[in-house]
Amino acid sequence: MQPAAPAAAEPIRESATPAPRKTPTGLQGFDEITRGGLPAGRTTLLLGGPGSGKTIFAMQFLVHGALECGEPGIFVAFEESPASLLVNFEPFGWGLDALQPDKLYLMDARPPIDLIQSGTFDLRGMLAALGELIRRMGAKRIVFDALDIMLAMLPDTASKRQEIYRLNDWLLRLAVTGLITAKSGGDELSSVGMQQFGFMQFMVDCAVILNHVISDGVSQRNLRVQKYRGSAFDENESPFIIGQKGLVVAGGRPPGRDAAEVTDERLSSGIERLDTMLGGGYFRGASILITGRPGTAKSTLGGAFVAAACRRGEPSMFVSFDSDRREMVRNLGSVGIALGEYVDSGLLRIVSVRTVSGSAETYLVRIRLLAAECGARTLVIDPVSTFFRSSNRLTAQRIAERLIDWAKSEGITLLCTSLVDDVGGKSSAGSTLHISTLADTWIHLTYLLEAGERNRGLAIMKSRGTAHSNQVRELLLGASGITLADAYTSGGKVLMGTQRWDKERADRSDAETARMLSAVKLAQLDAEEAHLALREKGLQADRLGKQAERLLLTQANSKRKRTEAQDDSEVRTLRSADASPDEAD
Amino acid sequence: MTAKPLYVLQLFVADEAPNSVQARGNLRAFCATHLRGCHQVEVIDVLEDPARALDDGIFMTPMLIKRLPLPMRRIVGTLSDSNAILEALGIEDDGHGID
Repeated sequence: MQPAAPAAAEPIRESATPAPRKTPTGLQGFDEITRGGLPAGRTTLLLGGPGSGKTIFAMQFLVHGALECGEPGIFVAFEESPASLLVNFEPFGWGLDALQPDKLYLMDARPPIDLIQSGTFDLRGMLAALGELIRRMGAKRIVFDALDIMLAMLPDTASKRQEIYRLNDWLLRLAVTGLITAKSGGDELSSVGMQQFGFMQFMVDCAVILNHVISDGVSQRNLRVQKYRGSAFDENESPFIIGQKGLVVAGGRPPGRDAAEVTDERLSSGIERLDTMLGGGYFRGASILITGRPGTAKSTLGGAFVAAACRRGEPSMFVSFDSDRREMVRNLGSVGIALGEYVDSGLLRIVSVRTVSGSAETYLVRIRLLAAECGARTLVIDPVSTFFRSSNRLTAQRIAERLIDWAKSEGITLLCTSLVDDVGGKSSAGSTLHISTLADTWIHLTYLLEAGERNRGLAIMKSRGTAHSNQVRELLLGASGITLADAYTSGGKVLMGTQRWDKERADRSDAETARMLSAVKLAQLDAEEAHLALREKGLQADRLGKQAERLLLTQANSKRKRTEAQDDSEVRTLRSADASPDEAD
Repeated sequence: MTAKPLYVLQLFVADEAPNSVQARGNLRAFCATHLRGCHQVEVIDVLEDPARALDDGIFMTPMLIKRLPLPMRRIVGTLSDSNAILEALGIEDDGHGID
């Protein structure tokens, strides 16, 4: 057998192809960060403090290989006994028992408690035994968990180094994908830990660091790929959580992958007039931001939106950082948004989370998990500002970006509400409003304080790809639902509430007066006409009278003439006049 | 002085690795000094017989296992410290070891 010499590794390295093959880990998010997983046939170092999730990472890597990739694996346990590993991993439901020993071999490599040490030793025995095991099983993956325990038995740095080199060379020679976990100094990667494994980080092809920080009492776990030879990777710290089925890493979407699909489909906001203002509603897959001060009905708009989604039969999720599930159903019910039946039928999932129980990153991962679980097409986060409260400005921006990016890539229509202190979105709280630059549609709700009243106003600040109303509307909440009323403008001022009502009433009475006036005028005209008609009748009667008079007169005249003529002739006759009657005239 | 029981020992080594060579030499000297006439030593090379290393759970070399008398004991290292070995094997120092 050839003695293990460090130089033996050299030819293997040179023969390596520039783009290493990847071995998928099955860790949600991690394979995206590393563009495919751990370097196949190479060694990866996984460093982290106590309780940072190293062992879970390692076991998940093996289980995925055994179950999904047909790659048997060996778990070399320096710290925990195989029996306690089986118990500890029981809750994840990976069925380690069933995989043993052909697909997964748990090797108890803990130094025996009663082991007596006399002089130096090395790991050749272990490697020889493992070589035999790999041959028997056809193993493709191997994990050395808590190598630091073994190294602690070695007397000096030189021999520690030697054993690490030996291990690395051995792994390279066998071309199995190796994962070595080791504790680093403490919670924060202290210099002590870094020194011990510093050179190892140079030696291996890939190094991953897990840390667990508590800031302001909020726990947050992060994962960072420190190096990856021959491969691109996401260099940022990515938060992760230990979920019910293992580690879930909040991986960023690799650049170049497009959003799910861009459609022209409009989704109702749940408020008819708002849809009209938006030119038909929100776009499917869009990110909508609703800002406003406390009590401006942000949640209500969110509720209206999910209610509309549920009416269409789309699975939805409402994440509330303020109120309890039942409170929400009750409160929204009071403004005519009935969510109860959708919650009961499972179409709507209301998740109530308390701000103190996790960091923003952790929430993001959990939200993603839950959304995937219920297949949500519509997601409301209320309010997103509370969600960001526990992080600094930079983190908040990153999370906002990640949240929106994720929603877009999944084709989920996302509606976030956000608390702002200033009216008109001139808030200095850049972190909360950073999302407004990313959001596709931004609706701002305000309180207008006029004449001793607060009234809710709604304005569309922006809406990409949509012609939208530029008017401020008044938002009215009633038992039957939400309505938007036209705001009266008067002298450049928007009138709302009682003032609007006054104005409306004044307008109403004006109209009444006008109507009365015209009625009066009409009556007047009628009267005049009647009068004239009357007069016309009188005149007509007069005329008739005159005509009759004239007739009578004419008749009388002719009668008289006849009588006179008769009289003349009678006289003539009487006179026996010899003169002709003509002479008489 | 009571008769010593039979010591059944196994030494797992890795070929000609320096510490394995040392361990072999140290064990030979130790047996000659302390276990004269009452020992049985088997030397196993894990590189030649990895299956035995696996079955016996040998993860470090050189490793000395005392099979008999019970209880079984394991000593890892070059066996350079004979007092430690005496203690581990449960042998009272009869003065023979120290010249």
